Amino acid sequence: MTITPSIMRDFLIKLSSEGKRADGRKFDEFRNIKIEVNVVNKAEGSAKVTIGNTQVISGIKIDIGVPYPDSPDSGVMTTSAELIPLASPDFESGPPDKESIELARVVDRGIRESQIIDVDQLCILPGEKVWMIFIDIHILDYDGNLFDAASLASLAALMIAKVPIERLKPTLDKLKDKYPDIEQYLNQHPKDFPLPLSEPPISCTSAKFNSVVVMDPSLDEEQIAEARLTVATDNNGDIRAMQKGLNGSFSVDEIKKVIKSSIDNGRKIREQLYKSVGK
Amino acid sequence: MKTDIKLIQDGKRLDNRRLDELRPIKIEAGVLHRAEGSCYLEWGGNKVIAAVYGPREAVPRHTQNPLRAIVNARYNMAAFSVDDRKRPGPDRRSREISKVISEALENIIIVERYPRASIDVNIEILDAEAGTRCAGLTAAAVALVDAGIPMKDIPVSCAAGKIEGQVVLDLGKDEDNYGQADLPIAISPRTGQILLLQMDGHLTLDEFNQALDLAIKGCYTISEMQKKAIMEKYQKVEEVK
Repeated sequence: MTITPSIMRDFLIKLSSEGKRADGRKFDEFRNIKIEVNVVNKAEGSAKVTIGNTQVISGIKIDIGVPYPDSPDSGVMTTSAELIPLASPDFESGPPDKESIELARVVDRGIRESQIIDVDQLCILPGEKVWMIFIDIHILDYDGNLFDAASLASLAALMIAKVPIERLKPTLDKLKDKYPDIEQYLNQHPKDFPLPLSEPPISCTSAKFNSVVVMDPSLDEEQIAEARLTVATDNNGDIRAMQKGLNGSFSVDEIKKVIKSSIDNGRKIREQLYKSVGK
Repeated sequence: MKTDIKLIQDGKRLDNRRLDELRPIKIEAGVLHRAEGSCYLEWGGNKVIAAVYGPREAVPRHTQNPLRAIVNARYNMAAFSVDDRKRPGPDRRSREISKVISEALENIIIVERYPRASIDVNIEILDAEAGTRCAGLTAAAVALVDAGIPMKDIPVSCAAGKIEGQVVLDLGKDEDNYGQADLPIAISPRTGQILLLQMDGHLTLDEFNQALDLAIKGCYTISEMQKKAIMEKYQKVEEVK
């Protein structure tokens, strides 16, 4: 556990009552965001997102798998996050702990529930074979606000990912012996194709301490935060997902303000996302 | 393994390299904010990032050595770094690599300075294409320097191997898969001592000597790149001031 020295706490609280933040940002201002795509050649799609000092890589692998019995015609998507010890003195190696599980689940939900990926188009043979999409998130450098960095990196990676028909051709050809119907699928999809995606919602996280609410908390701000709120908004300014964390509380007014600035920041980030994936 | 791929044609290899030529290497020191020291390294199709934490109290307590520090290298492959997704977490291969890298680094770090401490070296393979352990160790060495850990030297690693009956430097992916031998080593360039050596495949004594010579030469070339990367970082710091 990193100890935020009480000097730092007092400093941040004193600044906040003067309407300032330690790095000179306004309360509703994000740090600088950088989105780089195609950083890993072996992955089907990949992106590195930098928010201030926080760095996250997300990589997409796509494989052939068996669908779940309750949705035999839909592709499968899994998200996992690794808080590897590279990223922070507090992260330890070993099986995923509750922090990385929460992170993976929040990102997963953001993508799954908003139905960005049209999983019905990812069926190879109904009931037998579908495409499985693995989203793996690696935190490289931890300076706060992993939720937004991880979900932005995953979105960018998904937007440039291609279904690897050509790489898996030998496997698919072998499957033809058992399932001759795959021939027809291969005729319809002779080449690698991009994932069927719709408009992605953008998530923005705020933290509250000393009765001020700040957007995109840095690590120090996160450490002294009493409450946290993540809001995902879409292009129309509609809310698509929310998650409150920590044991503090928000007033209704504060929540409305957070939503407003999440919409504004989300709009800017979406523009940047589209630009960096070339759309 | 028999294959119809010709690995050497007219004295050139699949990627147009000479027999004694390295793949392109790029090294950058100090890429992470949180770590004490870090390094990003690209070596052909390999992309590796290394970060150092410590010296700090070794936990759990029973791992502490009252006379010196322990060195924990952790080699880890990202799930998306290979063609077929790798299940996250350590497997037998990565545990072995972590062990031999830890031992190589322990030799060169002045561990007597930090009793009961651990020096943790995290090596993440983001993109893998033959020779990740050499890339990992080379990056780890730069990260250790960046972290200011006292060392007797900057270790460096490189591999040689045999393809189509010829000894070559720094095997690429197909060469590794279809070649006849692979010999990764790590040395201390100041003394020429060998810190890590592994071999698989088939070499005659003559070929082994030749391969070892070639790999050592490769190490010295890479050693210069390591030093340059470290100098560049401090130059940058100077400019900011």
